[in-house]
Amino acid sequence: MTLSRVLTLLFAGTLLLAGSRASAQLTMTGAGATFPYPIYSKWFDEYAKVDPSVRFNYQSIGSGGGQTQIIAETVDFGASDGPMSDQNLARAPGKILHIPTVAGAVVITYNVPGNPTLKLDGPTIANVFLGAITKWNDPAIASQNPGVSLPDSDIIVVHRSDSSGTTYIFTDYLSKVSPEWKSKVGSNTAVKWPTGLGAKGNEGVSGQIQETPGALGYVELIYAIQNKMPVAVVKNASGSYVSPSSESVTAALASARIPDDFRFSMTNAPGPGAYPISGATWLLVYQKQSDAEKGGKMVEFLRWALTKGEDMAGELNYAPLPQGLRDRVLKRISEIQVGG
Amino acid sequence: MTSTAATFERGKEVVLRMKPPSRLGDRLFSGFTLLMAMTVVLLICVVGWQLWSGATGSIRKFGFGFLVGSDWDPGNDIYGALPFIYGTLVSSALALIIAVPLSVATAIYLTELAPLWLRQPVIALVEMLAAIPSVILGLWGVFVMVPWMRDNAFHFMQRYLGWCPLFAGAANGPCMLAGGLIIAIMIIPIITSVSREVLVSVPDLQREAAYALGATRWEVTRIAVLSYAKRGIFGAIILGLGRALGETMAVTMVIGNTSQISASLFAPGYTLASVIANEFSDASGLWAQSLFEIGLVLFFVTILVNLLAQIILKTFAGATVKQ
Repeated sequence: MTLSRVLTLLFAGTLLLAGSRASAQLTMTGAGATFPYPIYSKWFDEYAKVDPSVRFNYQSIGSGGGQTQIIAETVDFGASDGPMSDQNLARAPGKILHIPTVAGAVVITYNVPGNPTLKLDGPTIANVFLGAITKWNDPAIASQNPGVSLPDSDIIVVHRSDSSGTTYIFTDYLSKVSPEWKSKVGSNTAVKWPTGLGAKGNEGVSGQIQETPGALGYVELIYAIQNKMPVAVVKNASGSYVSPSSESVTAALASARIPDDFRFSMTNAPGPGAYPISGATWLLVYQKQSDAEKGGKMVEFLRWALTKGEDMAGELNYAPLPQGLRDRVLKRISEIQVGG
Repeated sequence: MTSTAATFERGKEVVLRMKPPSRLGDRLFSGFTLLMAMTVVLLICVVGWQLWSGATGSIRKFGFGFLVGSDWDPGNDIYGALPFIYGTLVSSALALIIAVPLSVATAIYLTELAPLWLRQPVIALVEMLAAIPSVILGLWGVFVMVPWMRDNAFHFMQRYLGWCPLFAGAANGPCMLAGGLIIAIMIIPIITSVSREVLVSVPDLQREAAYALGATRWEVTRIAVLSYAKRGIFGAIILGLGRALGETMAVTMVIGNTSQISASLFAPGYTLASVIANEFSDASGLWAQSLFEIGLVLFFVTILVNLLAQIILKTFAGATVKQ
């Protein structure tokens, strides 16, 4: 009896203590894209060491979800791999700022015996996803890869079944390199895929490809690297085959034209070293932060992310923003009105 | 005469006994349980109402065409639920075809034929199968079951049964058959447990009577036990079907998530629950309303199936109640 009483008291005491610790800490909630989830997790981890009084909670539910939640004001910040449309921005109760954070690559990965590094160009990729090219040893693929032995089997296309910014970036690229794709399917976070199996999340797609010989799909670069999957080299707008990496994404970013509101597309960028299937990702915050404490913490975090955070992007294979763009973004962050 | 008088008197006694001075506890208890029962009914009504109100925009726009349209295109805001209805019904039917013989046979074995020392361990193992979370089973499906089935069973079936439209086309792994299989694995424990309970409750008198008439082991089981337990086993199957219709995560991972209607079991498919799980978090506007309508359709399909089961049970009620 006494022992159980002591244990109960201890347990209650720990709860009280934990409760009191938690109430001293501010929690900021965010939701959105899965594409930058690895780098955002790292940032939140590191920032907790810089400022222990605030904790960030991020739910990677997808870009569309991030946009919906920030419009509904159920989260403190949203995250999206595609810029919000004018229509969506008009639905928000206040002005939403697009804060670009990093850029990343969407890669073509596959499961072919020998794991060769295949060279593919835009129209070929579009035709595979349209269902026009169905065999691995199709002349369109074989002609770009002399010396690689391609099996005489079907290409099993794997795409996303859920809504995703990765899909947005990929379909945006396909719309630019294939007029047939643009008219038949278009670009969006979720599209009506002409062919292929659907898998949930980047993890689902990479898992499915690993388990299915002859499969081909698109995932964010980090997933292919961590799962040790082969990655295709893609022909860019200036005609050279470029391998996806943080350097080639930075080259694409450098040659992109970025308007004042930071809503831009950087797929199929000109520039000799640019990787064509690249996209930036944004944090979405209201310009007028009504909660003074939360708003202040948000501004501090954004400033840290755009200065110190950017240095961590490279090791996770994201491309940090070039300095000129960072300065423009920092200037925009200082326009956030806190309190009132 | 005496008996009715006694009953009446007994009845009077009972009535009198039930109206003692101030039994507040009893009244509170019956009131409380009534409240709980009403809450459950209210909950179902609230869920149905919420689904309806969330779906009004889509219902107004598509009307009946929603149930027969085959086009699901979030990019162009055109929605039709037929492929999902087809997928849900086919995968559930497949699951029942695979699971029911297995479960009922297991239940019969465990109650009639198994040696006593074997019963408890097997019962425990079957119940453990029910405890596996849907997602874990889905993961196992993606990384173990589907590749194995594709490399061993599907190719074999394709070679010898490929002439049949049910098994035509390429078997790449994720498909309707895989979905049906994984749902079958999930509903086996439920059907087995409930069937076993029903079979155990068959009075020994029935079995003894059949033995006395000279029936063999199988005849005893068939005539005395199964026909007595028919309704209960049917109820167990309906319980299993209810779970099959709503099963989400495990199915999403192995069915291929392609909205199409194909006769072949090797073709990928899509179910009502899967499309909601995949697309709801990102949907807005008409898209979200259409997903609500899909939820409403699933809600009604489940209610309809249960209603149908009740009707079938009532129709055959006369046959078994012959005491």
